Amino acid sequence: MAKHPFHDVAIVGIANSEQARVLAGHDSTTITFQAVHRVLADTGLTPWDIDGVAAGPFSGPLTYYMRNGPAWRSHMAPSIPIILDAASAIATGQCHTVLVAHGSAGIYTERASTAPWTRPANEFVVAYGMFTAAEFALIAQRHMHMHGTTPEQLATVAATIRNNGHAHPDAVYHGRGPFTPDDILASRMVSDPFHLLDCAMTSEGACALILTTRERAQDLPNKPVYILGGACDSFGPSYQHPPAWDLAGPSGRNNGYTGRWAAQKSFAMGELGPTDVDVCEFYDPFSFEIIRQFEAYGFCEEGEGGDFIMDGRIGPGGQFPVTTDGGTMSFSHGGAAVQQLQRVIRGVEQLRGTCATSQVPDAQVAMCSNGGAGALFTDVMLLGTQTP
Amino acid sequence: MSEILQPQSPGIPLPVPTIYSQPYWDGCQIGELRFQRCQDCGAITMDPAPACSACFSENLEWEVSTGLGEVYSCTTVWRPQTPAFTVPYVAVIVTLDEGFWLLANIINCPVDAVHVGMRVQTTFVELSDEITLPYFEPAD
Repeated sequence: MAKHPFHDVAIVGIANSEQARVLAGHDSTTITFQAVHRVLADTGLTPWDIDGVAAGPFSGPLTYYMRNGPAWRSHMAPSIPIILDAASAIATGQCHTVLVAHGSAGIYTERASTAPWTRPANEFVVAYGMFTAAEFALIAQRHMHMHGTTPEQLATVAATIRNNGHAHPDAVYHGRGPFTPDDILASRMVSDPFHLLDCAMTSEGACALILTTRERAQDLPNKPVYILGGACDSFGPSYQHPPAWDLAGPSGRNNGYTGRWAAQKSFAMGELGPTDVDVCEFYDPFSFEIIRQFEAYGFCEEGEGGDFIMDGRIGPGGQFPVTTDGGTMSFSHGGAAVQQLQRVIRGVEQLRGTCATSQVPDAQVAMCSNGGAGALFTDVMLLGTQTP
Repeated sequence: MSEILQPQSPGIPLPVPTIYSQPYWDGCQIGELRFQRCQDCGAITMDPAPACSACFSENLEWEVSTGLGEVYSCTTVWRPQTPAFTVPYVAVIVTLDEGFWLLANIINCPVDAVHVGMRVQTTFVELSDEITLPYFEPAD
């Protein structure tokens, strides 16, 4: 008997489609289908082995075109929550093998503006020029005011992640580096404290995963990667209200540390703590977010994140390597959701031990995350090669 | 001497009020920054909402803020959200003296003078027949 129902679920297939700044000839559907073909090839499964589909807006079309109905279908947003939804459906016997997929192409075409998914038209922010960089900057500035976190510390995060992407042959920004913190600080200011190179880029691409039962996973070709834990923290809708660090209710739990309670639940499910984590596949929309997450998840004390990430601790060979494919800053950032699933894909790749670059030797536990305090949510997953 | 921050010009995207936020925007048109106070628990709710954000009561009444407050966080934006916006502009979260947060822009101030803790007051700029926007400026 598993100690938590998630432990009966394994990720057995992962794939990324082509990733590029612009994927000529593709739209979101065609690039998603490319990722689906690749993930089926990764597992040796056919569409008719799949009895659940979790692909956001593509759940219906995929089931229709694969003719794998009647199938379970997720209605969650295609990021960590959809993987947890799929795992829950498998663990509760609603289905046994779920295809997770998402893709985005041809959506961001008006380049004089920031990407459309970054600027929702809420009445209390729409007239003040807000977009994700400004939202996350208001969080970072508050932390810098409270704790003295420096632009150099932020730039160290960005240089580390961008160098991982520089080395990765499939990254959109492969070969663009290497970068020093000074290179980051020398790039033009977008929304202070964020320089251009402190920010995620935008690109196009798709990805897919396949989850199945522990039992079925034993007959498939890839080393199973188990879901040790996962949970989600939200403080409200993204980009509609002031992104205040201290936003809280009577619980006293504040938005500045969104993800802390999801992490605590995840660690409890997996009977683990921060020091058990071998690789940190943290979501990196902006450099400061990595510093915030190390504090939120309990890797270091509040206010100490800026010092914590220095001296090579988060780089290759460090104690807690972060975002090893280059993340949204360098690997890919396909839209509102694709790149969130890619954090989990990279975590699986690390635990399989098949990363072509930045492989963490003998990685057994990966921590993956989505979101950030500027967006009022953080989702967390823990992956492992073994379960408790 | 750094640039003096200006309000945006007509042409930026403007708010579309809801049935529960309309009194807020009506207040802006006559130079009042309005907020909702719960008649059951006394807490303030902002942004305007159909229920109290402390006790979830629907028994909310409108009051008028002094418009005075302090910058809680700020960021100077150099890459406009869309070409409709003129840079630089400074996005701020202000803690009003009554205790609620408002997100807006700062004007009538040198761009490099804005800082966390700065005392500010509301000022209003008409951008269309329907919408007058609250901004903040350095307090007198």
